[in-house]
Amino acid sequence: MSLQNGKNEKQVLDARMVERSLRRIAHQIVERNQGADGLLLVGIQTRGVNLAQRLVAMIADIEKTAVPTGKLDITLYRDDLRHNPVQPTVRSTDLPADITGRKVVLVDDVFYTGRTIRAALDALVDFGRPASIMLAVLIDRGHQELPIRADFTGSSITTRKDEDVIVRVREIDGADGVWIETPG
Amino acid sequence: MQFNRKHLLGLEELSSDEIRMILDTAVPFKEISERQIKKVPVLRGKTIVNLFFEPSTRTRISFEFAEKRLSADTVNVNVSTSSVSKGETLVDMARNLEAMKIDMVVIRHAASGAPAFLAQRIDSNVINAGDGWHEHPTQGLLDMLTIRDHFGKLDGLKVAIVGDVIHSRVARSNIWGLQKMGAQVGVCGPPTLVPASLKELGVKIYSRIEDVLSEVDVVNVLRIQLERMHSNMFPSLGEYNRLYGISTARLEAAGRDVLILHPGPMNRGVEIDSDVADGEHQVILEQVTNGVAVRMAVLFLLAGGKQAGAAEATEMRGE
Repeated sequence: MSLQNGKNEKQVLDARMVERSLRRIAHQIVERNQGADGLLLVGIQTRGVNLAQRLVAMIADIEKTAVPTGKLDITLYRDDLRHNPVQPTVRSTDLPADITGRKVVLVDDVFYTGRTIRAALDALVDFGRPASIMLAVLIDRGHQELPIRADFTGSSITTRKDEDVIVRVREIDGADGVWIETPG
Repeated sequence: MQFNRKHLLGLEELSSDEIRMILDTAVPFKEISERQIKKVPVLRGKTIVNLFFEPSTRTRISFEFAEKRLSADTVNVNVSTSSVSKGETLVDMARNLEAMKIDMVVIRHAASGAPAFLAQRIDSNVINAGDGWHEHPTQGLLDMLTIRDHFGKLDGLKVAIVGDVIHSRVARSNIWGLQKMGAQVGVCGPPTLVPASLKELGVKIYSRIEDVLSEVDVVNVLRIQLERMHSNMFPSLGEYNRLYGISTARLEAAGRDVLILHPGPMNRGVEIDSDVADGEHQVILEQVTNGVAVRMAVLFLLAGGKQAGAAEATEMRGE
């Protein structure tokens, strides 16, 4: 356990465990969809985008098919803008021209209340009418507040509401891993 | 960073960080206008009044698109100044609108300072859409976004504003904004229309358009208004074109890549020749596209801000 900024950080997944979790999710996505045809992986900004790109590379390994990816920013669809004391940064959304008829897999790092995914569903339907929408997350930390569940989960961990789950990815943070941060 | 302002009255009072935040926020908003469904729900349920005391087509339409693409409900009020005695009537009108529960007012007025005057007297967010000879902040912002798109930066660029600088709120917002972002600003035009006092702000004054074109990276060409000729500010439109008009021949003689901006509406053959207005140097329609994105960014940031008063925001900046 390490101490950063007066908070306790405990690592729950190391880089190899993250890699194995993603690889398992990639296999499950292929299995559930009987291949990779018609798939579109959409990462939710910010770290979901990196995870979606990793999954696409893994699916390419398994199926020898290139699956397209997109990125989605849900800031403008959030339900807490008026209650949030910190101004959220609006990031880019970039989806392939037409998502209609595709089997979309939303990818996010942490599944918590389900409100991010609710916003992402609203955003997606503004772009077209996918054949189906599935959800893949690296971590399910519990405390879901809406009737939304992940289809593919890397790890389920038990957390308290005052704890933070921190997912770091090598593309942004230099190394992969998952930590639980407890107020010190 | 947090955007703490309640109003957008001008660029003079903004910090470079605040300007950068508006420009950075405008970038992802551009994509929304490319979608089939050009709408996000972020201002759903907000009511915005576009209060225009001066005729305006493109600025009002641009604001209206920005508001509608953020799902706000909008009302346009066009008031002719001639029948209105300013001051009291302006406030009375705004208070009447507020009594109908509105959230934001976008105001254009012939009197410099009218938006600031209003902001002190009503609870809604106030956005200046051009006041007298004072400022037109969203135009300044969209000009800066267009220049930044093209060069990838503003810092270190040389930008000249050409034309009727003295009567131009666009010029003033450009000067304040660009200087804060590290650009060097110059002006050029008939001496009757270029205030010499701009030197004190560190603005370079050019007397010949040829010198401008051989030195700067960007020329922002202002619209020449006919009534200025009638008040003897310059002799004739033909002479203005001969001395200051941006023509292909002049651009070719300069032999450099100069980016040409124009806030519109253009007088083709006066301040800008038709072949330049349609040519490869200009980014005039990109300015129009960026205008909607910048206004969306401003509306979003003001609506989500902490609603601190101007004094508090200044205080926080000073820290």
